[in-house]
Amino acid sequence: MNKLLEVTDVRKIFGGSVRAVDGVSFSLAERETLALVGESGCGKSTVSRLILRLTDPTEGTIRFEGRDITHMSQGALKDIRREIQFVFQDPFSSLDPRMTAGEIVTEPLAIHGKVRNKAERRSTAEQLLQAVGLSAKHVESWPRQFSGGQRQRLGIIRAFALGPRLIVADEPVSALDVSVRSQVINILQDMQEEKGTAYLFISHDMATVKHMADRVAVMYLGKIVELAPKASFFAGPQHPYAESLLSAVPASHPNKRRKRILLAGDPPSPIRIPGGCRFHTRCPIAQDICKSQEPSLQLVGDNHLAACHFAKAWPIASRIGELQPATTTLAIS
Amino acid sequence: MLDRIFITFAIIFLSMLAILVVFGDFIQPHDPLLQNFRARDQGPSATYWLGTDDFGRDVFSRILEGSRLSMTIGLVAPLIAAIVGITMGTTAAYFGGWTERIVSRVTDMMMSFDPLLLGVLVVALLGPGIVNLSIAISFALIPSFIRLSRASALSVRQEGYVDAAIAMGRPSYSTILRHVLPNIAGPLVVMTTIWIGSAIRMEATLSFIGLGAQPPAPSWGNIVRYGVQNIFGSPLPALFAGLAITLTVLSFNILGDALRDRLDPDRTVR
Repeated sequence: MNKLLEVTDVRKIFGGSVRAVDGVSFSLAERETLALVGESGCGKSTVSRLILRLTDPTEGTIRFEGRDITHMSQGALKDIRREIQFVFQDPFSSLDPRMTAGEIVTEPLAIHGKVRNKAERRSTAEQLLQAVGLSAKHVESWPRQFSGGQRQRLGIIRAFALGPRLIVADEPVSALDVSVRSQVINILQDMQEEKGTAYLFISHDMATVKHMADRVAVMYLGKIVELAPKASFFAGPQHPYAESLLSAVPASHPNKRRKRILLAGDPPSPIRIPGGCRFHTRCPIAQDICKSQEPSLQLVGDNHLAACHFAKAWPIASRIGELQPATTTLAIS
Repeated sequence: MLDRIFITFAIIFLSMLAILVVFGDFIQPHDPLLQNFRARDQGPSATYWLGTDDFGRDVFSRILEGSRLSMTIGLVAPLIAAIVGITMGTTAAYFGGWTERIVSRVTDMMMSFDPLLLGVLVVALLGPGIVNLSIAISFALIPSFIRLSRASALSVRQEGYVDAAIAMGRPSYSTILRHVLPNIAGPLVVMTTIWIGSAIRMEATLSFIGLGAQPPAPSWGNIVRYGVQNIFGSPLPALFAGLAITLTVLSFNILGDALRDRLDPDRTVR
């Protein structure tokens, strides 16, 4: 497998003290879907903005097809941008209200000089709209005339218009009603099958991740704490944080229900990241070593990486009682 | 209902004014500069609709002639200020960082000058005259345009579609033109309308203290100025020129408010 995207030790520190992304490394192969999961504020959206070069990383390198794009000027990036497209979370803010649907979906083509005249732009727009199940009549419609799901479909087809090799999808369905989520996810999957695009799929919804991903990366407070192939991850997460995320997903069958792991309190502020393991303040199995030594990502299975001193002590849920008495806890999900 | 009446009045008044400004040459009953010493300080009559001044010149013709100058400055000065101010404001908001800091400090400095004082300063440096007057008024309006366009552009800058445009590879200037400007045009159009009124008032003020159009060329400001000097001879020139200024400024303000109601769907009717 060729590495399409390679992110190495990337850090983003806002205002000198907010460590939003605190040393993240991962790679993405062609046609692969990597899901980046974690609760809000863990830095996953910042990772997407760094890859799209909407903010500059403080440290580290980002390579695309082997080329270092970390500090590339906006002018030089133009060719790269043709290959990396995006779908944003908010389908209401991501479409310019003063552009028609036709203009919106063909905007990337116009920027990169792929449409020669208005007639060609219009006919391309009609084709694109039909590709996501909208009517060709909609070319003249304004974004406000569409529903959330329709708008997100406009966003998706805009991302695919140039035939990019990578699409960064930042929570593409979390703003949508449950009823239209699966519809949009199916479109995302169909398009991927058809075009062979790789996805960096950012989400906090484990059910969606299970459906979409090839591999899963779990972020906590600006760092990846577990990175594993989907099957191995859902079969047995090795990091207690990942386990707690999974335990929050409702099971399809009562017998398959995981033991609920409830985490205490809120995640610490990225301004004051706890020393040692950054998760120790909320970890149900934290020991003394966790307060002093930060665990690194280690191979704990086939392609399965986890950053926990007790990674191999799985299943964690069954050991909570042994290692530490449970305290009064608040649910997160 | 009252709003409707005011808006109708403003539109009719401004349309009339536009016709008078464009076709003034054909409508003027007399030469605005022609002096007639046998008809000094007269009241309104069939020959002199709004009376005459102390040189026997027709007040109506002079106000008509003056309207062209006042309106030209009133439109040109805000237009120049809009181009300069909106460019600076949106650029500052879009790029942030040093660009924004410099523009903000310059705006603060310009804001600390009273428009009148600024006018005196510019005219003292460059000499009196219509061009310099326009420059002075533009200067006075630029900071307001910067502030408004910067504030509006800052909120648009946060929108997903601006990030989207950047991520698609659109160059900065093009993103500003295609995505930022169309989305801040509403408030800018509204305020430009109101600031046209301000520019007309400023022209009148500066001309009144003798820094604007130089006699014998009439402008609304200097008709009031010389009218006031001869107020006991005939109060009519000052009265009618003053009325013209008031009604015009009022009309632009009403029009601006009406546009705001139209362009802002969030504003609820009180």
